[in-house]
Amino acid sequence: MSTETLEQEQAVVAVKEPREPLLSKRRKKIVTDPLVDDNPITVQVLGICSALAVTIKMEPTLTMAIAVTFVIVFSNLIVSLIRNFVPNRIRIIVQLAIIATLVTLVSELLKAYYYDMFKVLGAYVGLIITNCIVMGRLEAYAMANKPYDSIFDGLGSGFGYAWIILVVAFFRELLGSGSFFDFKIFDAIGWSSFPTNGLMVDSIGAFMILGILIWVQRHKTGYVESH
Amino acid sequence: MQQSNTYIILFSIGLTVVIGGLLSITSVALKPLQDKQVELDTKKSILSAVMDISHIQDPNEILEVYSQRVKSYVIDYEGNVVEKDAKGNDLVAEKVNVSKNSKRPKEERFYPVFQTMDGDSPDAYIFPMYGQGLWDWIAGFIALDKDLNTIRGMSFSHKSETPGLGARIADAEIQQRYVGKKIYDGGNLVSVEMIKGEKGEPLDDHHIDGMSGATMTGKGVNAMMLKYLDAYKNFIKKAKAGGKVTAL
Repeated sequence: MSTETLEQEQAVVAVKEPREPLLSKRRKKIVTDPLVDDNPITVQVLGICSALAVTIKMEPTLTMAIAVTFVIVFSNLIVSLIRNFVPNRIRIIVQLAIIATLVTLVSELLKAYYYDMFKVLGAYVGLIITNCIVMGRLEAYAMANKPYDSIFDGLGSGFGYAWIILVVAFFRELLGSGSFFDFKIFDAIGWSSFPTNGLMVDSIGAFMILGILIWVQRHKTGYVESH
Repeated sequence: MQQSNTYIILFSIGLTVVIGGLLSITSVALKPLQDKQVELDTKKSILSAVMDISHIQDPNEILEVYSQRVKSYVIDYEGNVVEKDAKGNDLVAEKVNVSKNSKRPKEERFYPVFQTMDGDSPDAYIFPMYGQGLWDWIAGFIALDKDLNTIRGMSFSHKSETPGLGARIADAEIQQRYVGKKIYDGGNLVSVEMIKGEKGEPLDDHHIDGMSGATMTGKGVNAMMLKYLDAYKNFIKKAKAGGKVTAL
């Protein structure tokens, strides 16, 4: 077979290939992979700092989860859109500038519309900039993939981060403050003498719950770190 | 081409202009809203030192209550009302930066006074305070009854006291402990001291139960209270004597 016919064949194949549906199996996998098998926190062990710092109660944790997901998705999208124009030598700076801009936007919006939460989260919103998950996704995925896929990748990583910190916050608030979204559960069921655990409101509590979570998850998936 | 220095410089300039423009626009557009939030937050903490406002949800209603009930002015260390600062600008009590003022010598500071009114006569006096906790700044408002001796209420805020330990100063339960305590013993200013440890026993007029595991934060609170009550003592003396201050 000459190279000419091969090229022709390939061209034909390329034309005949149907457009990938918006939610193809491959794209679903992009979203679901980071939830368990490739979770940014429990498997890649990124973004631990904020997972410890903001998970004392459910409400700030939920705000943080939404903020991080927003930043990952949009920075992924923007970087993916301009990926072919970014000079390779300054790509990290460009990524950082984009992340920092989005984080500043989130912070300003929180301050304008949700001031109480802005006071609680304080510096941690700004620290999303240094959250390794965000930059990791830009460098590993958005720089080399199309915008659509990058959005899905961002959603996947965002949700993967979100559900872990929400689970950690659930246990920390329940055991540490005896409440759920500031609703006093134990008072409501008539067990007002429930002994709350001071360890849980400390960062140590987050380490413990995160550790147990990673243990349970790796036991189930059989994941072992390779060196 | 993409690797050339010219391209890189042009790209950086373009990126900076776009991002800078975007951020400036947001900042300018959101500034009024943010200022309103900060104002609301200040007025909320002032009000919550004297009354329970947790049932009021509507921000405008809080501002309304504030403007009806609270009269504010700025005094100097001698207890005299000052209306203009050194540069001749009008002083607004709500805008006085207590943390910046705390860095100046106490004689040169401006002290805001907030006064709730019961008709024409003063009902309570509220003074802002600022000090150091264990990790970072703590601040608060102390509300005194019209006798300028009995504590009507207290509200604390903090930047980063340990959650569950020192951060409890922001809880209503701790602040409630101050209510009814006296800051004067006879003619002497003694303030109210938070003791070490949490005993759960009734204490005298000048001590309140401490916070278990948060001795350093408690010390910070005690120091802050004593320092600011001392700074306001000239004003308190004048106001007690029925001086012109209250008749402003």
